Amino acid sequence: MAAKRGSVLPGFSLSMGFTLTYLSLIVLIPLSTIVLRSATLSWERFVETVTAPRTLAAYRLSFTAALVAALINAVFGLLTAWVLERYRFPGRKLLDGLVDLPFALPTAVAGIALTTFYAKDGWVGRWLDPLGIHVAYTPLGVVAALTFVGLPFVVRTVQPVLRDMDVTLEEAAASLGAGRRMTFVRVLLPQLLPAILTGFTLAFARALGEYGSVIFIAGNMPMKSEITPLLIMIKLEQYDYAGATAIALVFLVASFCVLLLANLASRMRRSLLPA
Amino acid sequence: MDRAILREARAGRHAYLDEPPLVRWLAVGAALAFLVLFLLLPLIVVFTNALERGLTAYAAAVRDPVTLAAVRLTLLTAAIAVPLNLIFGLAAAWAIAKFEFKGKTLLTTAVDLPLSVSPVISGMLFVLLFGAQGFLGPFLARHDVKIIFAVPGIVLATVFVTAPLIARELIPLLQSQGNEEEEAAMTLGAGGWQTFFRVSLPKIRWGLLYGVVLCNARAMGEFGAVSVVSGHVRGLTNTLSLHVEILYNEYQFAAAFAVASLLTLLAVVTLGVRFIVERSTR
Repeated sequence: MAAKRGSVLPGFSLSMGFTLTYLSLIVLIPLSTIVLRSATLSWERFVETVTAPRTLAAYRLSFTAALVAALINAVFGLLTAWVLERYRFPGRKLLDGLVDLPFALPTAVAGIALTTFYAKDGWVGRWLDPLGIHVAYTPLGVVAALTFVGLPFVVRTVQPVLRDMDVTLEEAAASLGAGRRMTFVRVLLPQLLPAILTGFTLAFARALGEYGSVIFIAGNMPMKSEITPLLIMIKLEQYDYAGATAIALVFLVASFCVLLLANLASRMRRSLLPA
Repeated sequence: MDRAILREARAGRHAYLDEPPLVRWLAVGAALAFLVLFLLLPLIVVFTNALERGLTAYAAAVRDPVTLAAVRLTLLTAAIAVPLNLIFGLAAAWAIAKFEFKGKTLLTTAVDLPLSVSPVISGMLFVLLFGAQGFLGPFLARHDVKIIFAVPGIVLATVFVTAPLIARELIPLLQSQGNEEEEAAMTLGAGGWQTFFRVSLPKIRWGLLYGVVLCNARAMGEFGAVSVVSGHVRGLTNTLSLHVEILYNEYQFAAAFAVASLLTLLAVVTLGVRFIVERSTR
């Protein structure tokens, strides 16, 4: 970690020492307990816990709902970023500022607001309910909450790329006879894709672990609308620390693997693209 | 230059760089519908529900002694977590942005780590460390120190969850500004701290402000991690977020939304600061 090169600025050892100490005490040591704790589990007990039907159902719901929400955010995030950067309309600045709301709003508040909003007598729920679409207290509600939570990511990763994009490329495409749609698909979209993928991954990762905004709207029925973080919470409340640790460890490893794959994918794309 | 071309395109002079009006309006309409449906309306729901029973009921819910105790604990938690993470953020950003060293990517990943851990798992870590069955549990019990189901646990969990926020704001900012001005100051005889406080800090003050405000909002609103370690003791280990949950589960909807509106105002202020920061840095 030492080997600093070519900087005359002071404070390397002080800032680095403090950073490493703080990080170890606050983050790394607590995180290592989960691994240490799992090591004390018997293998049979571990497998039994993480392959229980209820656990598998929770994993499945967490991953699919996060995936669907991240996909919704990829599509609408791109659209939102495009509209905010390229068009002028009244209220644009206000909406632009509002995009960060899910970063700043406490998740419990988001949870009760969305539940009230989508409940049978809520502002939106009352229109969807007669159509047979029940959002609150179903897996659909989980998707709605996770979409809210992940909303800023794609918008905020795509916006700067759109802002700094070279207009001459679009001009060249147009002068060579490409229509607007073709320019978008063949010229603009390839440039935006890495940013969309980054935003998608961030939204997915955030949605996977989300707890506060989901538990109010999900209904929390075991096997049907129970997310993994809630299952861990239930195990902890029953003082089943071993079970909670096992479920959490598999969940953490699985989500890190997904993130790693997404990182690799975006790196491969970048190396395939001409510089 | 590019901007000028785009502006001309919008004025209709370069129609080939713009979408047909129908497409444009459809795009704006769809994006607006998405934002209004997912952001604006849920925000308004909080306030309409909070005021459903009138201003007196609202004031009563906010002035309730249990609510006030939750406000105090929330403020205390933020007052400890934000300064700690501010110092950490400055140190980490200085080390990462100003120097080249082996393992930089690894360190950056480690700084971001708490963001990719579920809040429930974050809380669980501290239960595994300090809980009755935890590694240090027996030791703490012997010395009569309570961390889990008590205030220290809440503070620790909050510090963990919000640790990366200020560092993440500052690292790209410090990186983008280069070292030239600091090096000039050093050449002119300024000391290390003097350079830091008089040259580096003023350059990043707006990003720093937003980082602190965001970290504060997240510290005050943290729910999952705090929920695991708190034990929900009314008036003792209840933060505002947890108090909202309790009121809601007791079907005191108006009161729950009244307390929630306090946290929502905090979020709106945070967004306001971001708005001002964006303006003054562009």
